[in-house]
Amino acid sequence: MADLRSNFVGIKSPNPFWLASAPPTDKEYNVVRAFKAGWGGVVWKTLGEEGPPVVNVNGPRYGAIHGADRRLLGLNNIELITDRPLEINLQEIKKVKREWKDRALVVSLMVPCEEEPWKKILKRVEETEADGVELNFGCPHGMSERGMGAAVGQVPEYIEMVARWCKQHSRMPVIVKLTPNITDIRKPARAALKGGADAVSLINTINSITHVDLDSFSPMPSIDGKGSHGGYCGPAVKPIALSMVSEIARDAETRGLPISAIGGITTWRDAAEFIAMSAGTAQVCTAAMTYGFRIVEEMKAGLARWMDEKCYATIEDFRGRAVPNVTDWQYLNLNYVAKAKIDQDACIKCGRCYAACEDTSHQAIMKEKDGKRHFEVMDDECVACNLCVEVCPVEGCITMEPMKKGAVDPRTSRKVGDYANWTTHPNNPMRKQAAE
Amino acid sequence: MAKAASVQSKRLSKQQLAANFADLHPPLSAHEALVESDRCYFCADAPCQQACPTSIDIPMFIREIQAGHPTSAAKTIFDQNILGGMCARVCPTETLCEQVCVREVAEGKPVKIGLLQRYATDVAMREKQPYSRAAATGKKVAVVGAGPAGLACAHRLALHGHAVTMFDARKKSGGLNEFGIAAYKAVDDFAQKEVDYVLGIGGIVVEHGKALGKGLKLAQLEKDFDAVFLGLGYQGVNALGLKHEGAKGVEDAVAYIAELRQAKDLSKLKVGRHVLVIGGGMTAIDIAVQSKLLGAESVTILYRRGRDAMKASPYEQELALSHGVAIQEWAAPKKLLIKGSKVVGLKVEETALKGKKLEGTDKSYELAADVIFKAIGQNYVDVTAGALALQDGRIKVNDEKRTSRSKVWAGGDCVAGNKALTVAAVDDGRRAAESINAYLKG
Repeated sequence: MADLRSNFVGIKSPNPFWLASAPPTDKEYNVVRAFKAGWGGVVWKTLGEEGPPVVNVNGPRYGAIHGADRRLLGLNNIELITDRPLEINLQEIKKVKREWKDRALVVSLMVPCEEEPWKKILKRVEETEADGVELNFGCPHGMSERGMGAAVGQVPEYIEMVARWCKQHSRMPVIVKLTPNITDIRKPARAALKGGADAVSLINTINSITHVDLDSFSPMPSIDGKGSHGGYCGPAVKPIALSMVSEIARDAETRGLPISAIGGITTWRDAAEFIAMSAGTAQVCTAAMTYGFRIVEEMKAGLARWMDEKCYATIEDFRGRAVPNVTDWQYLNLNYVAKAKIDQDACIKCGRCYAACEDTSHQAIMKEKDGKRHFEVMDDECVACNLCVEVCPVEGCITMEPMKKGAVDPRTSRKVGDYANWTTHPNNPMRKQAAE
Repeated sequence: MAKAASVQSKRLSKQQLAANFADLHPPLSAHEALVESDRCYFCADAPCQQACPTSIDIPMFIREIQAGHPTSAAKTIFDQNILGGMCARVCPTETLCEQVCVREVAEGKPVKIGLLQRYATDVAMREKQPYSRAAATGKKVAVVGAGPAGLACAHRLALHGHAVTMFDARKKSGGLNEFGIAAYKAVDDFAQKEVDYVLGIGGIVVEHGKALGKGLKLAQLEKDFDAVFLGLGYQGVNALGLKHEGAKGVEDAVAYIAELRQAKDLSKLKVGRHVLVIGGGMTAIDIAVQSKLLGAESVTILYRRGRDAMKASPYEQELALSHGVAIQEWAAPKKLLIKGSKVVGLKVEETALKGKKLEGTDKSYELAADVIFKAIGQNYVDVTAGALALQDGRIKVNDEKRTSRSKVWAGGDCVAGNKALTVAAVDDGRRAAESINAYLKG
């Protein structure tokens, strides 16, 4: 049986599934329920500085987009950091950590961008014997208007400065949580590294408005007729998170920087993909908020089963395996030629491939043969764009078949040759003399 | 031989009857409709649309439901079929749109097109119809027969601004929708509600109690109106050709269903204990199932060929079987058994195919019965006294549903080639109206 144990910057947990800093980790009651359900760790919901706690709106905090059967695809929230007194949170953290020594307990923090408040709160957290801290530089709503959260995360210099304070004033591992609401995710990651952070976690939520009410014209969720952008998360954001994680994983400066992945992780498969993209732990929130804590059973069992099938004994055995395969477009093999192929036995003749190809792509699919409804790819027109594969409702019905080297592509009448990319392509005015 | 049997009313309590005659297929809720509509693949050149006799743009109306706008969906349906509400209830979708749905082919579970159509039309019919008439053209059209063909024709003519006078022999409009469809397929007086909805466009006057040969003459209509549409339906019922067909207990299924449909109190209907139904079409299924629901102890359909040759679809046959109706194949009525003036049973001859020809086998048996329903088809009776050319015993029409007389169009069951489906009658009516409109404006 696969060993799911995780050691992330010295923080040990029985499995890599952590609950992300969010409502599910706001208090002892929830966290204990999560640990009982089998979660490997939690990042306690963000603590602010001492004094009167923040307040939340008293109307709806969430908006969502749904699939046809109310499957929640994307969730948006305008909730702020914890609205419970600091003292109570610290007491509970201490108690929970003492009772659940084998689980990871990281504390998320967000205080004003000055050295003193950071110094002060770090000391308090250290007293709880928590395993580490996560600096919330990502929260895109509310707190950012007060110069915290994403307002810090969008300025690499601030990230570096605060990370440095944290390392200076604490012995705990420091994880910097990054906001995706930025043009180039590598910049804040590099800053975190420069400041001495032990790891980064990403992505925090994405600025979003889920809908507009077409009667009141209020953005949703609506608070007395007005709305504010919230943070978007859930299955819909996974591809964005996966790309950002890959950017940091393969950047020359940040390569090897430990990453705790966050962003739409819903099943074991999502987690495995992030780990393959070099993540050390997988933080989950929306899936738990949608289905409850029990989902971690499927995640652990699924990951272990897949690892057994692939003969990976530990997480480290496959961690980062996808990273070398992420490259720039310019290095993609332009001599890789594929053709779509429709399995006529599997085809149910809906014609979606035809409509997509005929209306919006390359007119490479016929809809009739011998007077009968029949969908077939015309190789002399097919550019292998994959759109037909993606719109086909039958999984595996349309496949991309690579052409063998030396075969003639009927579309271009050219022979399929060896690897060659854009950098040496004759159409490239900036071409180099030799391939990479 | 048959033991004493009785034909009586009040076989079941009113509550039991109400439960038995509830909606055969309960409608989809709004959420169910959303989920079901999401199953539609929005096929290119969709097979369902091609299979629909009225060519409704099915993928589009389903997409409109999915996008949260059932009234737009209903408009898409009504544009092709103003009786889309009734068709959603009575169309044999299992042999039309749903039979060719790619999901039926792929997984045996078609998108529930009929129920989705019903959902959209039910929502839309809570409000006024979405059409308004074009400016009055000053042209007058007579529509004879207020059944599905006549209603569809009248609506489309009114839409184009013509003044329509609709005649019907009965006291109510609706034709077979009102008098012929099985009660559990059109509950809550839906047929009349739909007539009112269709007539809501305005410009249509209905005169009841008038029919060709009953106060109306074709030649006079041609004089009084600019065009005439005939949606006459069938007038005759096929006979068994046996002795004693007039005996008590030998009933015409069509007439009984009409009585059932008009009954205010089903418990007052006289119902047999042992019922035989002769025939293999929809009428046979409808009368058999309804007899069972009315409390008959045993109901048996006798069909002279095998089940696969029945006009009633396998789905309809299954409906009958699931209601406890027996289907006896290869059985032809040979002799009505009479005691006094009442029928008490039927002598049945076993049949067999000899080559392609159906023949009796001389083997026979007797079945006890106190009611025997004839459901062996209806026929067109020429009420125009030879004024119109016929084909295969029904009125001959061209592609535009025009008859041999230049000012006369016809559609529905009374025309040659019509498939005897509500939806096919609606299609005829709409096509004829477009042709009439082109003629009147030409």
